[in-house]
Amino acid sequence: MAKTALQFQHNGRDVAIFVDGGTNLLVALRELIGDMTPKFGCGQGGCGTCSVLIDGELHLSCLTLAETVAGRSVETLDGIKDGPNLHPLQRAFADNFAAQCGYCTPGMLMAAKALLDRNPQPSRAEVVEAISGNICRCTGYEPIINAVLAASSGGRARA
Amino acid sequence: MTRHRGRGIASVNYPIGMNLGGDPSQALVHSNPSGKFTVALSSIDLGQGMKSVTRQICAETLGVPVEDVYVDTADSDTGPHCMGSFASRGTHRVGNAVMAAAREARGVMMEAAAEELEVNAADLETDGRGNIHVKGAPHRSISTKDVAIAAQFKQGKTISGRGIFLVPLSDVDPETGEMSPATCYAHACLVAEVEVDDETGEVDMVRMDSAYELGRALNPRLVEQQLVGGAWMGVSHALYETPEPYYPEPVHGPRDFVEYLMPGPGDICPHDIAVLERPAPDGPFGAKGPGEMCANPVLPAVANAIFNAVGVRIDDLPITPEKVLRAIKAQGGARPQPRR
Repeated sequence: MAKTALQFQHNGRDVAIFVDGGTNLLVALRELIGDMTPKFGCGQGGCGTCSVLIDGELHLSCLTLAETVAGRSVETLDGIKDGPNLHPLQRAFADNFAAQCGYCTPGMLMAAKALLDRNPQPSRAEVVEAISGNICRCTGYEPIINAVLAASSGGRARA
Repeated sequence: MTRHRGRGIASVNYPIGMNLGGDPSQALVHSNPSGKFTVALSSIDLGQGMKSVTRQICAETLGVPVEDVYVDTADSDTGPHCMGSFASRGTHRVGNAVMAAAREARGVMMEAAAEELEVNAADLETDGRGNIHVKGAPHRSISTKDVAIAAQFKQGKTISGRGIFLVPLSDVDPETGEMSPATCYAHACLVAEVEVDDETGEVDMVRMDSAYELGRALNPRLVEQQLVGGAWMGVSHALYETPEPYYPEPVHGPRDFVEYLMPGPGDICPHDIAVLERPAPDGPFGAKGPGEMCANPVLPAVANAIFNAVGVRIDDLPITPEKVLRAIKAQGGARPQPRR
Protein backbone atom coordinates (compact mmCIF):
# COMPACT_ATOMS: atom_id res chain seq x y z
CA MET A 1 0.00 0.00 0.00
CA ALA A 2 1.22 3.46 -0.85
CA LYS A 3 2.49 5.57 1.97
CA THR A 4 1.14 9.04 2.54
CA ALA A 5 3.28 12.01 3.55
CA LEU A 6 1.93 13.54 6.72
CA GLN A 7 2.91 16.81 8.36
CA PHE A 8 1.69 18.07 11.71
CA GLN A 9 2.90 19.76 14.87
CA HIS A 10 4.09 17.42 17.60
CA ASN A 11 4.46 19.24 20.91
CA GLY A 12 5.08 22.52 19.10
CA ARG A 13 7.59 21.07 16.64
CA ASP A 14 6.89 20.47 12.95
CA VAL A 15 7.22 16.81 12.02
CA ALA A 16 6.90 15.00 8.71
CA ILE A 17 6.43 11.24 8.44
CA PHE A 18 5.24 8.70 5.91
CA VAL A 19 2.32 6.58 7.06
CA ASP A 20 0.49 3.59 5.62
CA GLY A 21 -3.20 4.14 5.01
CA GLY A 22 -5.15 3.19 8.14
CA THR A 23 -2.28 3.80 10.56
CA ASN A 24 -3.62 5.13 13.82
CA LEU A 25 -2.15 8.14 15.58
CA LEU A 26 -0.93 6.08 18.55
CA VAL A 27 1.21 3.88 16.32
CA ALA A 28 2.45 6.92 14.38
CA LEU A 29 3.49 8.69 17.58
CA ARG A 30 5.16 5.69 19.19
CA GLU A 31 6.73 3.90 16.25
CA LEU A 32 7.39 6.62 13.71
CA ILE A 33 8.07 9.63 15.93
CA GLY A 34 9.41 7.73 18.95
CA ASP A 35 7.23 9.47 21.52
CA MET A 36 6.49 6.64 23.94
CA THR A 37 4.42 8.70 26.40
CA PRO A 38 1.01 7.77 24.96
CA LYS A 39 0.50 4.15 26.02
CA PHE A 40 -1.25 1.28 24.28
CA GLY A 41 -3.87 -0.12 26.66
CA CYS A 42 -6.82 -1.69 24.88
CA GLY A 43 -6.63 -0.33 21.33
CA GLN A 44 -10.38 0.28 21.24
CA GLY A 45 -11.01 3.43 23.23
CA GLY A 46 -11.93 1.72 26.48
CA CYS A 47 -9.10 2.66 28.82
CA GLY A 48 -7.89 6.18 27.99
CA THR A 49 -4.15 5.68 28.47
CA CYS A 50 -3.43 6.70 24.85
CA SER A 51 -5.11 10.12 25.32
CA VAL A 52 -3.54 13.11 23.54
CA LEU A 53 -4.68 16.65 22.77
CA ILE A 54 -5.41 17.53 19.15
CA ASP A 55 -5.75 21.29 18.70
CA GLY A 56 -6.30 21.42 22.45
CA GLU A 57 -9.09 18.84 22.52
CA LEU A 58 -8.82 15.47 24.23
CA HIS A 59 -8.72 12.53 21.82
CA LEU A 60 -8.00 8.81 22.01
CA SER A 61 -4.99 8.39 19.75
CA CYS A 62 -5.70 4.66 19.25
CA LEU A 63 -9.00 5.52 17.56
CA THR A 64 -7.69 8.46 15.53
CA LEU A 65 -6.44 7.91 11.99
CA ALA A 66 -3.00 9.48 11.71
CA GLU A 67 -3.89 11.18 8.43
CA THR A 68 -6.64 13.20 10.12
CA VAL A 69 -4.09 15.24 12.10
CA ALA A 70 -2.46 16.70 8.96
CA GLY A 71 -1.67 20.35 9.60
CA ARG A 72 -2.96 20.17 13.18
CA SER A 73 -1.29 20.41 16.54
CA VAL A 74 -0.83 17.22 18.60
CA GLU A 75 0.20 17.49 22.24
CA THR A 76 1.33 14.50 24.30
CA LEU A 77 2.56 14.06 27.83
CA ASP A 78 6.11 14.41 26.49
CA GLY A 79 5.38 18.07 25.71
CA ILE A 80 3.73 19.32 28.86
CA LYS A 81 6.77 19.90 31.04
CA ASP A 82 8.75 23.10 30.72
CA GLY A 83 12.34 21.99 30.15
CA PRO A 84 13.49 20.30 33.35
CA ASN A 85 10.53 21.70 35.29
CA LEU A 86 7.52 19.48 35.78
CA HIS A 87 4.09 20.76 34.75
CA PRO A 88 2.03 21.74 37.83
CA LEU A 89 -0.18 18.70 37.18
CA GLN A 90 2.83 16.36 37.16
CA ARG A 91 4.08 17.92 40.40
CA ALA A 92 0.62 17.56 41.97
CA PHE A 93 0.43 13.91 40.87
CA ALA A 94 3.75 13.23 42.62
CA ASP A 95 2.82 15.17 45.75
CA ASN A 96 -0.55 13.40 46.03
CA PHE A 97 0.78 9.89 45.31
CA ALA A 98 -1.55 9.73 42.32
CA ALA A 99 0.43 7.01 40.53
CA GLN A 100 1.38 3.48 41.46
CA CYS A 101 2.20 1.31 38.45
CA GLY A 102 1.95 4.44 36.29
CA TYR A 103 0.41 2.91 33.20
CA CYS A 104 -2.72 5.09 33.27
CA THR A 105 -0.80 8.22 34.28
CA PRO A 106 -0.08 9.66 30.80
CA GLY A 107 -3.76 9.49 29.88
CA MET A 108 -4.87 10.80 33.26
CA LEU A 109 -2.51 13.77 32.95
CA MET A 110 -3.70 14.62 29.44
CA ALA A 111 -7.38 14.33 30.44
CA ALA A 112 -6.66 16.55 33.44
CA LYS A 113 -4.75 19.06 31.33
CA ALA A 114 -7.61 19.25 28.82
CA LEU A 115 -9.93 20.04 31.73
CA LEU A 116 -7.73 22.67 33.39
CA ASP A 117 -6.96 24.36 30.05
CA ARG A 118 -10.65 25.08 29.51
CA ASN A 119 -11.69 25.31 33.17
CA PRO A 120 -8.87 26.35 35.54
CA GLN A 121 -11.07 26.05 38.62
CA PRO A 122 -13.13 22.87 38.25
CA SER A 123 -15.39 21.39 40.92
CA ARG A 124 -14.74 17.89 42.22
CA ALA A 125 -17.64 16.59 40.11
CA GLU A 126 -16.11 18.17 37.02
CA VAL A 127 -12.77 16.48 37.73
CA VAL A 128 -14.53 13.13 38.18
CA GLU A 129 -16.29 13.59 34.85
CA ALA A 130 -13.11 14.66 33.09
CA ILE A 131 -11.21 11.47 34.06
CA SER A 132 -14.17 9.11 33.80
CA GLY A 133 -12.95 7.79 30.44
CA ASN A 134 -9.66 6.70 31.97
CA ILE A 135 -9.24 3.44 33.86
CA CYS A 136 -6.87 3.14 36.82
CA ARG A 137 -6.26 -0.23 38.48
CA CYS A 138 -4.14 0.84 41.46
CA THR A 139 -5.03 4.12 43.09
CA GLY A 140 -8.80 4.00 43.65
CA TYR A 141 -8.99 7.38 41.81
CA GLU A 142 -9.17 9.40 45.02
CA PRO A 143 -5.48 10.52 44.92
CA ILE A 144 -5.83 11.41 41.22
CA ILE A 145 -8.93 13.55 41.85
CA ASN A 146 -7.11 15.24 44.74
CA ALA A 147 -4.06 15.89 42.56
CA VAL A 148 -6.08 17.53 39.79
CA LEU A 149 -7.89 19.72 42.32
CA ALA A 150 -4.53 20.66 43.90
CA ALA A 151 -3.15 21.67 40.48
CA SER A 152 -6.22 23.78 39.64
CA SER A 153 -5.95 27.51 40.26
CA GLY A 154 -8.21 27.09 43.31
CA GLY A 155 -5.94 24.38 44.73
CA ARG A 156 -2.78 26.40 44.11
CA ALA A 157 -4.35 29.44 45.79
CA ARG A 158 -5.06 27.31 48.89
CA ALA A 159 -1.58 25.74 48.96
CA MET B 1 -39.03 1.73 44.90
CA THR B 2 -37.05 2.22 48.07
CA ARG B 3 -33.38 2.71 48.70
CA HIS B 4 -32.33 0.92 51.87
CA ARG B 5 -29.27 1.85 53.91
CA GLY B 6 -27.26 -0.91 55.56
CA ARG B 7 -24.06 -1.24 57.48
CA GLY B 8 -21.73 -4.24 57.66
CA ILE B 9 -18.53 -5.03 59.45
CA ALA B 10 -15.68 -7.48 58.85
CA SER B 11 -12.35 -8.21 60.49
CA VAL B 12 -9.41 -10.15 59.10
CA ASN B 13 -6.20 -11.75 60.32
CA TYR B 14 -3.85 -11.65 57.41
CA PRO B 15 -0.77 -13.91 57.30
CA ILE B 16 2.20 -12.13 55.72
CA GLY B 17 3.75 -14.15 52.90
CA MET B 18 3.47 -17.91 52.70
CA ASN B 19 5.29 -20.86 54.20
CA LEU B 20 5.89 -23.06 51.18
CA GLY B 21 9.59 -23.94 51.00
CA GLY B 22 10.39 -21.27 53.57
CA ASP B 23 9.29 -18.45 51.24
CA PRO B 24 12.85 -17.13 50.73
CA SER B 25 14.07 -13.87 49.27
CA GLN B 26 17.67 -12.78 48.84
CA ALA B 27 19.42 -9.44 48.53
CA LEU B 28 22.95 -8.31 47.70
CA VAL B 29 24.31 -4.93 48.76
CA HIS B 30 27.58 -3.45 47.57
CA SER B 31 29.28 -0.09 47.60
CA ASN B 32 30.36 1.63 44.40
CA PRO B 33 33.73 3.45 44.24
CA SER B 34 31.78 6.69 44.76
CA GLY B 35 30.72 5.60 48.25
CA LYS B 36 27.13 5.10 47.15
CA PHE B 37 25.44 1.74 47.57
CA THR B 38 23.55 -0.55 45.20
CA VAL B 39 20.99 -3.09 46.33
CA ALA B 40 20.55 -5.92 43.83
CA LEU B 41 17.19 -7.67 43.90
CA SER B 42 15.18 -9.68 41.45
CA SER B 43 12.04 -8.70 43.36
CA ILE B 44 9.58 -6.61 41.39
CA ASP B 45 8.03 -3.30 42.39
CA LEU B 46 4.69 -3.08 40.58
CA GLY B 47 4.10 0.39 41.93
CA GLN B 48 3.36 -0.47 45.56
CA GLY B 49 6.66 1.07 46.66
CA MET B 50 8.94 -1.85 47.48
CA LYS B 51 11.81 -0.02 45.78
CA SER B 52 11.35 2.97 48.10
CA VAL B 53 10.93 0.86 51.21
CA THR B 54 13.96 -1.40 50.57
CA ARG B 55 15.98 1.74 49.85
CA GLN B 56 14.96 3.17 53.23
CA ILE B 57 15.70 -0.13 55.00
CA CYS B 58 19.16 -0.38 53.39
CA ALA B 59 20.07 3.25 54.15
CA GLU B 60 18.91 3.00 57.74
CA THR B 61 20.83 -0.25 58.35
CA LEU B 62 24.03 1.01 56.71
CA GLY B 63 23.72 4.37 58.46
CA VAL B 64 23.99 6.38 55.24
CA PRO B 65 21.65 8.95 53.63
CA VAL B 66 18.76 7.45 51.67
CA GLU B 67 19.97 9.41 48.61
CA ASP B 68 23.15 7.31 48.65
CA VAL B 69 21.32 4.04 48.00
CA TYR B 70 20.21 2.82 44.60
CA VAL B 71 17.91 -0.18 44.32
CA ASP B 72 18.23 -2.30 41.18
CA THR B 73 15.14 -4.49 40.89
CA ALA B 74 13.19 -6.79 38.68
CA ASP B 75 15.89 -8.64 36.81
CA SER B 76 16.25 -12.34 37.62
CA ASP B 77 19.36 -12.48 35.38
CA THR B 78 21.30 -10.04 37.55
CA GLY B 79 19.54 -10.12 40.91
CA PRO B 80 19.60 -12.86 43.55
CA HIS B 81 16.57 -15.09 43.99
CA CYS B 82 13.16 -13.83 45.08
CA MET B 83 9.87 -15.75 45.28
CA GLY B 84 7.98 -12.76 43.91
CA SER B 85 5.77 -9.80 44.72
CA PHE B 86 2.57 -11.28 46.12
CA ALA B 87 0.96 -12.33 49.42
CA SER B 88 1.96 -8.99 50.99
CA ARG B 89 5.46 -10.41 51.33
CA GLY B 90 7.62 -7.68 49.77
CA THR B 91 8.27 -5.38 52.71
CA HIS B 92 8.61 -8.24 55.20
CA ARG B 93 10.56 -10.89 53.27
CA VAL B 94 12.61 -8.74 50.90
CA GLY B 95 13.00 -6.05 53.56
CA ASN B 96 14.47 -8.62 55.97
CA ALA B 97 16.85 -9.89 53.28
CA VAL B 98 17.99 -6.34 52.47
CA MET B 99 18.48 -5.63 56.15
CA ALA B 100 20.68 -8.74 56.56
CA ALA B 101 22.73 -7.84 53.48
CA ALA B 102 23.14 -4.23 54.58
CA ARG B 103 24.21 -5.35 58.04
CA GLU B 104 26.98 -7.50 56.57
CA ALA B 105 28.07 -4.67 54.24
CA ARG B 106 28.09 -2.26 57.17
CA GLY B 107 30.44 -4.60 59.04
CA VAL B 108 32.94 -4.50 56.15
CA MET B 109 32.54 -0.73 55.79
CA MET B 110 33.23 -0.17 59.50
CA GLU B 111 36.30 -2.47 59.37
CA ALA B 112 37.63 -0.56 56.37
CA ALA B 113 37.00 2.77 58.10
CA ALA B 114 38.70 1.48 61.26
CA GLU B 115 41.80 0.61 59.25
CA GLU B 116 41.92 4.14 57.79
CA LEU B 117 41.32 5.87 61.13
CA GLU B 118 43.62 3.43 62.96
CA VAL B 119 41.03 2.62 65.61
CA ASN B 120 38.91 -0.37 66.64
CA ALA B 121 35.79 -0.81 64.47
CA ALA B 122 33.67 -1.22 67.61
CA ASP B 123 34.50 2.39 68.53
CA LEU B 124 33.03 3.79 65.30
CA GLU B 125 29.57 5.04 64.45
CA THR B 126 27.83 6.45 61.39
CA ASP B 127 26.23 9.89 61.41
CA GLY B 128 23.58 9.10 58.80
CA ARG B 129 24.92 11.88 56.60
CA GLY B 130 27.64 9.92 54.85
CA ASN B 131 30.38 10.03 57.51
CA ILE B 132 31.86 7.55 59.96
CA HIS B 133 33.50 8.87 63.11
CA VAL B 134 34.93 7.77 66.44
CA LYS B 135 32.24 7.67 69.13
CA GLY B 136 32.49 10.82 71.21
CA ALA B 137 35.09 12.32 68.85
CA PRO B 138 33.24 13.55 65.73
CA HIS B 139 36.37 15.27 64.39
CA ARG B 140 38.05 11.88 63.90
CA SER B 141 35.91 11.23 60.87
CA ILE B 142 36.03 9.75 57.38
CA SER B 143 33.41 9.93 54.64
CA THR B 144 31.85 6.74 53.28
CA LYS B 145 33.18 7.81 49.89
CA ASP B 146 36.78 7.86 51.17
CA VAL B 147 36.21 4.52 52.88
CA ALA B 148 34.93 3.06 49.59
CA ILE B 149 37.97 4.43 47.73
CA ALA B 150 40.37 3.08 50.37
CA ALA B 151 38.68 -0.34 50.34
CA GLN B 152 38.76 -0.44 46.56
CA PHE B 153 42.27 0.87 45.83
CA LYS B 154 44.32 0.31 49.00
CA GLN B 155 42.85 -2.44 51.13
CA GLY B 156 41.54 -4.65 48.32
CA LYS B 157 38.17 -5.26 49.94
CA THR B 158 34.65 -5.24 48.58
CA ILE B 159 32.24 -3.41 50.84
CA SER B 160 29.41 -5.81 50.27
CA GLY B 161 26.92 -8.01 52.02
CA ARG B 162 24.62 -10.93 51.35
CA GLY B 163 21.22 -11.40 52.89
CA ILE B 164 18.51 -14.02 52.84
CA PHE B 165 15.27 -14.32 54.69
CA LEU B 166 13.91 -17.81 55.09
CA VAL B 167 10.93 -18.62 57.25
CA PRO B 168 11.77 -21.40 59.73
CA LEU B 169 10.02 -24.60 58.74
CA SER B 170 6.99 -25.32 60.85
CA ASP B 171 6.75 -28.92 62.04
CA VAL B 172 3.38 -30.63 62.03
CA ASP B 173 2.18 -31.69 65.47
CA PRO B 174 1.80 -35.51 65.18
CA GLU B 175 -1.16 -35.56 67.60
CA THR B 176 -3.28 -32.74 66.20
CA GLY B 177 -1.91 -32.14 62.71
CA GLU B 178 -1.57 -28.53 63.74
CA MET B 179 1.12 -26.30 62.30
CA SER B 180 1.86 -22.63 62.11
CA PRO B 181 1.45 -21.47 58.53
CA ALA B 182 2.85 -18.00 59.13
CA THR B 183 5.10 -16.15 61.55
CA CYS B 184 3.61 -12.72 61.17
CA TYR B 185 0.00 -11.56 60.99
CA ALA B 186 -1.47 -8.19 60.08
CA HIS B 187 -5.02 -7.27 61.05
CA ALA B 188 -7.82 -5.13 59.72
CA CYS B 189 -11.37 -4.15 60.51
CA LEU B 190 -13.67 -2.36 58.13
CA VAL B 191 -17.19 -0.95 58.35
CA ALA B 192 -18.99 -0.51 55.03
CA GLU B 193 -22.15 1.48 54.53
CA VAL B 194 -24.20 0.81 51.40
CA GLU B 195 -27.47 1.82 49.82
CA VAL B 196 -29.46 -0.92 48.06
CA ASP B 197 -32.19 -0.14 45.54
CA ASP B 198 -34.89 -2.82 45.95
CA GLU B 199 -36.30 -2.21 42.48
CA THR B 200 -33.06 -2.48 40.49
CA GLY B 201 -30.86 -4.45 42.90
CA GLU B 202 -28.12 -1.86 42.53
CA VAL B 203 -25.73 -1.36 45.41
CA ASP B 204 -24.05 2.01 45.97
CA MET B 205 -21.16 2.48 48.37
CA VAL B 206 -21.94 5.26 50.85
CA ARG B 207 -18.79 5.25 52.95
CA MET B 208 -16.12 3.07 54.53
CA ASP B 209 -14.36 3.37 57.87
CA SER B 210 -11.41 1.14 58.55
CA ALA B 211 -8.54 0.38 60.88
CA TYR B 212 -5.45 -1.47 59.68
CA GLU B 213 -2.77 -2.89 61.96
CA LEU B 214 0.32 -3.51 59.88
CA GLY B 215 3.36 -3.38 62.11
CA ARG B 216 5.42 -0.26 61.70
CA ALA B 217 4.51 1.87 58.68
CA LEU B 218 8.00 2.37 57.20
CA ASN B 219 6.68 4.86 54.66
CA PRO B 220 3.35 6.23 55.91
CA ARG B 221 2.37 7.92 52.63
CA LEU B 222 2.97 4.74 50.64
CA VAL B 223 0.97 2.77 53.21
CA GLU B 224 -1.92 5.22 52.90
CA GLN B 225 -1.74 5.05 49.11
CA GLN B 226 -1.84 1.27 49.24
CA LEU B 227 -4.81 1.21 51.63
CA VAL B 228 -6.86 3.71 49.61
CA GLY B 229 -6.25 1.92 46.31
CA GLY B 230 -6.53 -1.57 47.76
CA ALA B 231 -9.86 -0.91 49.45
CA TRP B 232 -11.18 0.33 46.13
CA MET B 233 -10.06 -2.95 44.57
CA GLY B 234 -11.97 -4.75 47.33
CA VAL B 235 -15.12 -2.81 46.39
CA SER B 236 -14.50 -3.73 42.79
CA HIS B 237 -14.28 -7.44 43.63
CA ALA B 238 -17.30 -7.26 45.92
CA LEU B 239 -19.67 -5.59 43.47
CA TYR B 240 -18.33 -5.50 39.93
CA GLU B 241 -15.51 -7.65 38.60
CA THR B 242 -15.67 -11.14 37.18
CA PRO B 243 -14.46 -12.81 34.00
CA GLU B 244 -17.21 -15.46 34.31
CA PRO B 245 -20.48 -13.92 35.54
CA TYR B 246 -22.39 -17.23 35.23
CA TYR B 247 -19.63 -19.53 36.40
CA PRO B 248 -19.34 -22.51 35.82
CA GLU B 249 -21.12 -21.66 32.58
CA PRO B 250 -18.56 -19.67 30.55
CA VAL B 251 -21.20 -17.45 28.97
CA HIS B 252 -21.74 -13.70 28.75
CA GLY B 253 -18.19 -13.08 29.96
CA PRO B 254 -16.65 -9.66 29.37
CA ARG B 255 -14.49 -9.34 26.28
CA ASP B 256 -12.90 -5.95 26.86
CA PHE B 257 -12.60 -3.03 29.28
CA VAL B 258 -16.05 -1.79 28.27
CA GLU B 259 -17.71 -5.02 29.37
CA TYR B 260 -15.37 -5.88 32.25
CA LEU B 261 -16.94 -3.82 35.00
CA MET B 262 -14.88 -1.85 37.45
CA PRO B 263 -16.01 1.11 39.51
CA GLY B 264 -14.95 4.39 37.95
CA PRO B 265 -14.02 7.67 39.64
CA GLY B 266 -17.73 8.45 40.04
CA ASP B 267 -18.41 5.27 42.04
CA ILE B 268 -15.90 5.73 44.86
CA CYS B 269 -16.99 6.72 48.34
CA PRO B 270 -15.37 8.51 51.29
CA HIS B 271 -13.03 6.18 53.17
CA ASP B 272 -11.68 7.08 56.59
CA ILE B 273 -8.59 5.06 57.50
CA ALA B 274 -6.84 4.60 60.81
CA VAL B 275 -3.39 3.00 60.76
CA LEU B 276 -2.37 1.22 63.95
CA GLU B 277 1.33 0.53 64.35
CA ARG B 278 2.38 -2.46 66.43
CA PRO B 279 5.92 -3.39 65.38
CA ALA B 280 6.32 -7.04 64.39
CA PRO B 281 9.15 -8.83 66.22
CA ASP B 282 10.42 -10.52 63.04
CA GLY B 283 9.79 -7.65 60.62
CA PRO B 284 12.39 -5.22 59.24
CA PHE B 285 12.20 -2.31 61.69
CA GLY B 286 8.92 -3.86 62.84
CA ALA B 287 7.16 -3.77 59.45
CA LYS B 288 4.59 -6.31 58.30
CA GLY B 289 2.93 -5.74 54.92
CA PRO B 290 -0.10 -3.72 53.92
CA GLY B 291 -0.49 -5.39 50.49
CA GLU B 292 -3.41 -7.70 49.84
CA MET B 293 -4.95 -7.18 53.23
CA CYS B 294 -6.27 -3.75 52.28
CA ALA B 295 -8.73 -5.35 49.85
CA ASN B 296 -9.77 -8.36 51.92
CA PRO B 297 -12.10 -6.96 54.62
CA VAL B 298 -14.11 -4.95 52.08
CA LEU B 299 -15.76 -7.99 50.49
CA PRO B 300 -17.37 -9.53 53.62
CA ALA B 301 -18.17 -6.08 55.01
CA VAL B 302 -20.09 -5.16 51.85
CA ALA B 303 -21.91 -8.53 51.83
CA ASN B 304 -22.89 -7.97 55.48
CA ALA B 305 -24.02 -4.41 54.72
CA ILE B 306 -26.27 -5.66 51.93
CA PHE B 307 -27.80 -8.20 54.34
CA ASN B 308 -28.32 -5.42 56.87
CA ALA B 309 -30.00 -3.25 54.23
CA VAL B 310 -32.40 -5.68 52.55
CA GLY B 311 -32.10 -9.00 54.42
CA VAL B 312 -30.58 -11.04 51.61
CA ARG B 313 -27.45 -13.08 52.14
CA ILE B 314 -25.38 -13.30 48.94
CA ASP B 315 -22.34 -15.55 49.19
CA ASP B 316 -21.35 -15.52 45.55
CA LEU B 317 -19.11 -12.75 44.22
CA PRO B 318 -19.44 -10.25 42.71
CA ILE B 319 -22.75 -9.17 44.23
CA THR B 320 -24.37 -7.95 41.02
CA PRO B 321 -27.75 -6.17 40.80
CA GLU B 322 -29.16 -9.34 39.23
CA LYS B 323 -28.20 -11.51 42.22
CA VAL B 324 -29.54 -8.95 44.70
CA LEU B 325 -32.82 -8.57 42.85
CA ARG B 326 -33.37 -12.34 42.46
CA ALA B 327 -32.69 -12.84 46.19
CA ILE B 328 -35.06 -10.00 47.17
CA LYS B 329 -37.79 -11.49 44.94
CA ALA B 330 -37.20 -15.00 46.34
CA GLN B 331 -37.85 -13.81 49.88
CA GLY B 332 -40.89 -11.76 48.84
CA GLY B 333 -39.43 -8.28 49.18
CA ALA B 334 -36.74 -6.36 51.02
CA ARG B 335 -36.45 -7.10 54.72
CA PRO B 336 -34.33 -4.40 56.30
CA GLN B 337 -32.50 -5.67 59.37
CA PRO B 338 -32.08 -3.69 62.58
CA ARG B 339 -29.70 -0.80 61.99
CA ARG B 340 -26.24 -1.64 63.33
